[in-house]
Amino acid sequence: MTQLPEKQSSTREESRPQLVFGERWVYEPAPQSLADVPAREKYDLFINGKWAAPKGRKHFDSVNPATEQVIARVAQAGKADVDAAVKAARVAQTKVWGPMAPRDRARYVFRIARLIQERSRELACLESLDGGKPIRESRDVDVPLAAGHFFYHAGWADKLHLAFPGSKPSPVGVVGQIIPWNFPLLMAAWKLAPALACGNTVVLKPAETTSLTALHLAQILEQAELPPGVVNIVTGDGRTGGALVEHPDLDKLAFTGSTAVGQSIQRSLAGSGKDLTLELGGKAAHIVFDDAALDQAVEGIVKGIFFNQGHVCCAGSRLLVQESIHDALLDKLLARIERIRVGDPLDKNTDMGAINSSEQLQRIEALVEAGVAEGCTLHQSTCTLPNKGYWFRPSVFSGVSLSHRIAREEIFGPVLSVMTFRTPAEAVEKANNTAYGLSAGIWTDKGSRILWMAERMRAGVVWNNTFNQFDPASPFGGFKESGFGREGGRQGLEAYLRFHDDTLVQG
Amino acid sequence: MTASSHLADDIAVAPVDAVALEARAAELSTRSIKKDAKRRGLELAISMTDLTTLEGMDSPGKVAALCGKAMRPAPGLPSVAAVCVYPDLVAQATKLLAGSSVAVASVATGFPSGRTDLALKLSETRRCVEDGADEIDMVIDRGAFLSGDFAKVFDEIAAVKEACDYAHLKVILETGELATYDNVRLASEIAMRAGGDFIKTSTGKVSPASTMPVVLLMLEAVRDFYFDTGKLIGVKAAGGIKNSKQALRYLAMVNETVGDHWLTPSRFRFGASSLLNDLLMQLARLDSGTYQRPDDFSKD
Repeated sequence: MTQLPEKQSSTREESRPQLVFGERWVYEPAPQSLADVPAREKYDLFINGKWAAPKGRKHFDSVNPATEQVIARVAQAGKADVDAAVKAARVAQTKVWGPMAPRDRARYVFRIARLIQERSRELACLESLDGGKPIRESRDVDVPLAAGHFFYHAGWADKLHLAFPGSKPSPVGVVGQIIPWNFPLLMAAWKLAPALACGNTVVLKPAETTSLTALHLAQILEQAELPPGVVNIVTGDGRTGGALVEHPDLDKLAFTGSTAVGQSIQRSLAGSGKDLTLELGGKAAHIVFDDAALDQAVEGIVKGIFFNQGHVCCAGSRLLVQESIHDALLDKLLARIERIRVGDPLDKNTDMGAINSSEQLQRIEALVEAGVAEGCTLHQSTCTLPNKGYWFRPSVFSGVSLSHRIAREEIFGPVLSVMTFRTPAEAVEKANNTAYGLSAGIWTDKGSRILWMAERMRAGVVWNNTFNQFDPASPFGGFKESGFGREGGRQGLEAYLRFHDDTLVQG
Repeated sequence: MTASSHLADDIAVAPVDAVALEARAAELSTRSIKKDAKRRGLELAISMTDLTTLEGMDSPGKVAALCGKAMRPAPGLPSVAAVCVYPDLVAQATKLLAGSSVAVASVATGFPSGRTDLALKLSETRRCVEDGADEIDMVIDRGAFLSGDFAKVFDEIAAVKEACDYAHLKVILETGELATYDNVRLASEIAMRAGGDFIKTSTGKVSPASTMPVVLLMLEAVRDFYFDTGKLIGVKAAGGIKNSKQALRYLAMVNETVGDHWLTPSRFRFGASSLLNDLLMQLARLDSGTYQRPDDFSKD
């Protein structure tokens, strides 16, 4: 499937002592059991508290990207379905959820969090089955963080006037939310939890390739006895998203996804009076200085670009290394990517799973081919890939400069571009020389340099001596073409509130 | 001693980030080891064990029992790597283990504190080797290390190494007293450059003894030393490793950090006393499907 040039090994490697891996002790497969995961064969739409077949009577296949097998049929919502969902949300907002005492709303949000914890195994299994991410990540990152967002926002629901002293916050109203396929459940939680805590009702559209966990979350909402219409879930492809964006009765739209789609949404909403927040792409700089803790930096780099197969908007996809340590760091990094266990997402020992869809795999392959054609050196793990499914080896490009496509365009896959710098000022200049500005990472042992660098990064999140750390209390969002609006933390609440006092100091 | 002191001054190591190091060690603790992989891991762990008794109440009877168990832990299983005793019991252990594959290891150099004169440390070491010790587990001078006198630490290790003659030298860093990961990394480097064949975490007399992050750091140190010099230095995790689950986690860390060169008793050891019975119990469970009574395993 991956018709790419042969691995090009570094000439430095051959003359020196080599480590040998994997012959003396081989782990047995350790697959997560799916025995009692209550997956359905067909899923309808969740509108006004009921499961409804789409009016167009159409369902589409949801495919397991690790096996290419169809795991379920999911409803394709049309314009009429979206309209019914928005109408239900409007009634619920004005009659039930808006007027409800904040502490009662908090109880519902808290209950959702507890139920996510209770059904965490089911959600983790479905997330890996449907999206291809390793069970280790679904289990240890996605699901606990999703529950964490509901817990965190349950706490805010009756304290919003304290979050913004002197103002009288009120809900925005009916919110349309469109979420991506890279963290299906977690992004649903990022969007739903603050919206609900702030008194809004929602029409949520999951990504076409990864609808299942959102639909099981709908089951959880039923179980929590959330009033009908407060959250409606409409599945489908880009046409469904288009119908939602263009619906005249929305008060706000929140979108996470690609910059191209985000821009088209912004164009179509212009002049409509609807609020908009966008969380889009990224091309984060991961900067390593010569005084950094090298072995730990290597772990950070690996976590930064290979976490979730690189399907992460804030992935550290551009590695900027101080020239004096470039060779040493690259050696360690290339040895390390050989140790990444790629394969069955449901195996508990898998570090990197399947690429989410054949479409995404083709996009990654095209950009990697462009990198090779432009003269960069490609290093890839020699791991064995499964025969079926969508897979891509952990890949590192060296000899990259800022003019190369692989240094400018978001690849959204397990591909790292390595560049060098000589001085801190040059690192700043190169890091900020991008259309994006979602995140950045800095590795140095020197505290004063961390602060100096962080001040100068044009990025919404700057991680120091770590990468890809997330917390519900910490706001997340971008500069420039990475979008606007923040999610998480006190700042994230603002996107779901209107204020009736112009003395409010934002932030 | 100016030549070697000069060497110690030249030793520089990269800093260590504690949070990220601990996170990586924790990540490596989550490997799921089942069935044949588990059996293989447990057998490896047995073969890597330095069966240890280091008590004031050690006696010839105790040593005899330990040596018997070391050579034949259970039918059909490998013997352990070594028996580790105090210096005065070396001669007896040597006699009992003669002809077997089990090595005799002795602590020396004023174990566990090391607070004695260098001449005494050297004569103690020579005496152990004369009595038949194959391996010497020395302690570094932590006082000198913490006061910044790295040359003294280096010279002492080099001198003990010379006194060891043909015996292998394990250098105990006593990481629990070094307090920071940066110190552990530097002490590892000094020990390797001064001639240690193994670097070892702890005496077992100080808490904390061996921890996953410390051993991960020491594995990274021996790996980098191998890349620099082509020399393979061993690592011994000692103290606090009491059960099979812990041992398998350490082994997974060895497997994924330094690989096959170190997955052998000649490069990785566990210093432990109660670990062996738990390994035997888990192996028996793999065979029979049920746990046996603790009394089914000899308590030597």
